[in-house]
Amino acid sequence: MIELSFTEVLIALAYLAAGVLFILGLKGLTSPRTARKGNRMAAVGMLVAIIVVIFDLIAHDLVSAATGWAIIVGGIIVGGAIGAFLALRVQMVDMPQLVAAFNGFGGGASALVASAVIVGSDALLPAETGVTTALSLVIGALTLTGSMIAYAKLQGLIGGRPVAIPGGPATNAVIAGLLVILAVFAVVTNSPAAYWGATALALLLGVTAVLPIGGADMPVVISLLNSFSGLAAAMAGFTIGNQALIIGGALVGAAGMILTLDMSVAMNRSIPNILFSGFGGTVASDEEIGTKPVKRATAEDAAIALSYAQNVIVVPGYGLAVAQAQHAVRELATALEERGVNVEFAIHPVAGRMPGHMNVLLAEADVSYDKLLDLDQSNPKFGHTDVVLVIGANDVINPVAHTDENSPIYGMPVLDVEDAATVIVVKRSLSPGFAGIDNPLFYQDGTMMFFSDAKKALEDTVKAVNEL
Amino acid sequence: MSAAFIQGIVVFVLASFVGFEIIRRVPPTLHTPLMSGANAISGITIVGAILAVTLMFVDDLSTLAVTAISILAFLAIVFAMINVVGGFLVTDRMLEMFKKVPGK
Repeated sequence: MIELSFTEVLIALAYLAAGVLFILGLKGLTSPRTARKGNRMAAVGMLVAIIVVIFDLIAHDLVSAATGWAIIVGGIIVGGAIGAFLALRVQMVDMPQLVAAFNGFGGGASALVASAVIVGSDALLPAETGVTTALSLVIGALTLTGSMIAYAKLQGLIGGRPVAIPGGPATNAVIAGLLVILAVFAVVTNSPAAYWGATALALLLGVTAVLPIGGADMPVVISLLNSFSGLAAAMAGFTIGNQALIIGGALVGAAGMILTLDMSVAMNRSIPNILFSGFGGTVASDEEIGTKPVKRATAEDAAIALSYAQNVIVVPGYGLAVAQAQHAVRELATALEERGVNVEFAIHPVAGRMPGHMNVLLAEADVSYDKLLDLDQSNPKFGHTDVVLVIGANDVINPVAHTDENSPIYGMPVLDVEDAATVIVVKRSLSPGFAGIDNPLFYQDGTMMFFSDAKKALEDTVKAVNEL
Repeated sequence: MSAAFIQGIVVFVLASFVGFEIIRRVPPTLHTPLMSGANAISGITIVGAILAVTLMFVDDLSTLAVTAISILAFLAIVFAMINVVGGFLVTDRMLEMFKKVPGK
């Protein structure tokens, strides 16, 4: 048994404390009441970890030149300033692309750490460390470029539509195959050149794998990349022998994986299907759509139906986020509540552009969080709801998910708004959602279609309610 | 395989299970802050980035290798710090908005 010095024991215990603070922080996130405190606890854990590593360097005199300290202090200041600038400036509606970018930086940082280890050790790594170094390098590199593409798509720098790559999914399979072979070769032969080759292929695969994925599937992609950024950090932890990295990375890996599975269930598709099919941008032809009769509604019709209801549930969709109509919908809810109407919001897991995005937008507009219902909470309520107001949502309220076995969305969990007495659908036109499937709900007796931009429709309805 | 590596695997597996059990209980309404907060935690790689600087002082490295390590470590620190500071700050901004407005 090798005895540790007092300093070493202190350092090890402090890293453990950081890991415990991360766990307690995440536990805080299980309720909106404790979430803010939880996030701050995790931040304190991070501060502890940073102080400890710097203490470690000083105590063991590991940095023997001023240039080393300049790199550390300079890097902390530059990175911290950029991070603070991005975080304080971002609009809530742009949150998905910011998180995508942050995922990329996290993965990139882990890949860079692994790269430094390979250069510093001239690849003379023990086999097990070689494996984790290769994993950190490859997962991190893939996360970096994949996140950059996801960012570009969400930011609208490149179209959200799937971009076909030459050769399709087969190309990705070939790149991935070569990547695995080269990475194994790198570990077995300790060859730096093979490590760099594998890194290059991972950077390429990040681009070619995310490019063909449609904008509507981005919630899954971001969640998966989130998980990868954690795994890359955990692998880097094995390489440098640091348990704080292993704990933190494992937690994030688990969080991202849970969200990824949640999203794929909510979309009724397997993860391989999302990653390899380019489905999230298919558009059906408009031919048979728009020929059947629908009941049209004006702002006044909507105002009357809503004002004289007892219970109203609002179903906000992607269209509401795009129109930035969260404040307008809040005004409508307030106007109705003043008339004694009970207003709640039913939020489908894939309503925004990332998991929980719609909730953030509504919270931004000061909607109380206890008014935000998830899928399981809202479905039993529609039966005794007088009016459901659907804003810019389509596939997530499509009853064919229950009835038509041949439909691509059959089996997908949907909000059963057809159970309500009246459904008012605010939509630009009768065009189908991203899945390209017509929605029989629109032609039902109890449904009124209010064709308009989401924001304008809500503002007009508020005006009409106030004039009643 | 070294004892430290096995110990690392033990920690990794246990932490993953703890993560699954806790995070499963995060309500969908907090999924975006969960992701950005978790993201900030993945910035723990900052510890690795800072330790990577010490590789510059390994004996017998060529000047080229030292320069390469200093650049890689600097970028790693910058990237990880963007993640840490940006992630925790933006999560705090979001969570500040989650309020329970008293009903009438």
